[in-house]
Amino acid sequence: MAKLLIDAQTCSGCETCVPSCPFGALSMKEGVAVVDEKCNFCGACVDVCPVGAITLEKDQKVATAESASYKDVWIFIEHEQGKISNVSFELLGEGRKLADALGCKLCGMIFGEAVDPFIKEVFAYGAEKVFVTESPVLKQYRTDPYACAAINLIRKFKPEVVLFGATTQGRDFAGTVATTIEAGLTADCTGLDIDPETKHLKQTRPAFGGNIMATILDYPNYRPQMSTVRPKVFPMPAKDESRTGEVVREPLPMTEEQVRTKVLEFIKGTEAVNIVDAEIIVSGGRGMGCAENFKVIRELAGQLGAAVGASRAAVDSGWIPYEHQVGQTGRTVRPKIYIACGISGAIQHLAGMKTSDIIVAVNKDPEAPIFKFATYGIVGDLFAVVPMIAEEFKKRLGR
Amino acid sequence: MKIAVCVKQVPDTTDVKINPETNTLVREGVQSITNPFDEFAVEEALLTKEKYGGEIHVISMGPPQAVDVLRNALAVGADKVYLLSDRAFAGADTLATAYTLAKAIEWIGGVELVICGKQAIDGDTAQVGPGIATRLGIPQLTYVSKVKEIDVNKKKIVVERMLEHGREIVESSLPALITVIKDINEPRLPSLLGIKKAAKVQIPVVTAKDIPVDENRIGLKGSPTWVTKVFTPEVRGGGEMLKGELAQVVPLLVDKLIESKLIK
Repeated sequence: MAKLLIDAQTCSGCETCVPSCPFGALSMKEGVAVVDEKCNFCGACVDVCPVGAITLEKDQKVATAESASYKDVWIFIEHEQGKISNVSFELLGEGRKLADALGCKLCGMIFGEAVDPFIKEVFAYGAEKVFVTESPVLKQYRTDPYACAAINLIRKFKPEVVLFGATTQGRDFAGTVATTIEAGLTADCTGLDIDPETKHLKQTRPAFGGNIMATILDYPNYRPQMSTVRPKVFPMPAKDESRTGEVVREPLPMTEEQVRTKVLEFIKGTEAVNIVDAEIIVSGGRGMGCAENFKVIRELAGQLGAAVGASRAAVDSGWIPYEHQVGQTGRTVRPKIYIACGISGAIQHLAGMKTSDIIVAVNKDPEAPIFKFATYGIVGDLFAVVPMIAEEFKKRLGR
Repeated sequence: MKIAVCVKQVPDTTDVKINPETNTLVREGVQSITNPFDEFAVEEALLTKEKYGGEIHVISMGPPQAVDVLRNALAVGADKVYLLSDRAFAGADTLATAYTLAKAIEWIGGVELVICGKQAIDGDTAQVGPGIATRLGIPQLTYVSKVKEIDVNKKKIVVERMLEHGREIVESSLPALITVIKDINEPRLPSLLGIKKAAKVQIPVVTAKDIPVDENRIGLKGSPTWVTKVFTPEVRGGGEMLKGELAQVVPLLVDKLIESKLIK
């Protein structure tokens, strides 16, 4: 059992450690710092203590012969409606760096009914080996057969690192896979790195709505190291059609009768561009005032080939469906350009969009917090400004 | 039908502020609340009970002060609540948390539907729901936006799930676990009488000894991952305010966006 020890003699009572704790586990008692059961043993306080009064004792967990035999970096290749998702290519690019740092192979893992057309593409984006499981049972994504296929391959071929896109699909079945094989899984990573000394995977992810970042490691006696990785964080790698590699085929050890769920229907979203894939998002907030007013947002979005987003205030007022909600209780997005109209910039909204490359804010309140995060800000009535922006683009882009 | 709901106490991020000098989270005065997604889970359990009958068991794992979220659940109509609290549970990552909650659900016994929020707003992992389902050996339906139908006799459930590009209608056998999103319902407010009644309830504290758990699978010991470093993300540099007449600033903005070459 790990312990956080605070030496009452050394503690100067300066209280520096108290606000450093992301879990609020530290407090002052009779002039010295004390820790309670909320402690997650992250060690943030150890680093900030100016007098070195805090020490963290961790259990020494060492690699076993079994865990040391795991090698190679695997990327789960997600596809939908005959197309590989961009996040899988982004992961092949990032996986290449990890595999080079580890001195091992980069491999893809593809499931489906007939996935041959995808294999060439996975090689073109840098994989040296592709593990394929094909079966009619895998035609549509469902948790049971996808998890079964992944567990079977991981148990048999023992990868050291497995990465999934942090998409609905990836986040649905990666948890099942990790739980079944009892491995670590770090959700929604935005940074991956190999420790040059230990060769362990350092997984960095936002927490508390992106207000803090945490770097997470897996103990060496647990392998593989698995993460889901947020789309659009890593760039698309270069494609080289001349690359080829080895294909390993494994049958699915599951029949249709063993699958506990059945997809009855798929209802395609009505929006031409959805906020998850969009490179540009135009969003409306409380300042929209009513559902009809969203037409100014839609006009600008249409002009730019952008998706329409919304703040929680607009969704909760019933002006626009939930699918459009950006933020903590909606979706996290990372477009190239995010245009926030009549959105004040509550911390929950910022959590969902503040990593966008360019943020444009239009708000009549010059004190709105969104301006602190905006690349470009315009103070003004959105109903005057937004149509002018649309008109200007129409002129410039000639459409 | 016996329903189990898992809820978590989280810091209210509305109150979370960053100290601009030290760049650290200011936690003083931060209220603890029920994870918003878990409120939808409790409400869905209440709606399910109203339609199909049954009893609602709400579980929370956390420090002693997490009883507050259980009291909130009692106030809106949960039948039984349990606080899983033990030093031995501390430091649990998602694998160990899911194991502990699954063991508690088995210990309650006879549960046919487990409802969890999609994710908690502090950790944002969305991994505990699927982890519980896997440990219990029951199917999972994540990102549920609507429970369309439950057939108690045939032990079937039909739900609508929200995906990136649309919605999917899925049927599953029961028992099953669902994780719910905000779109699913509108949580009710507790009545004054509900709050008064909930305040009087002695909330049972369940420890590692009460439920048969493998001590190697709980808390820090049962966690494959550990947080090695916590830091504040780079603060986004303050941007440029485009000031002046709209007739000038709008073309200026459009220039800048076109120059970025991000518009195709």
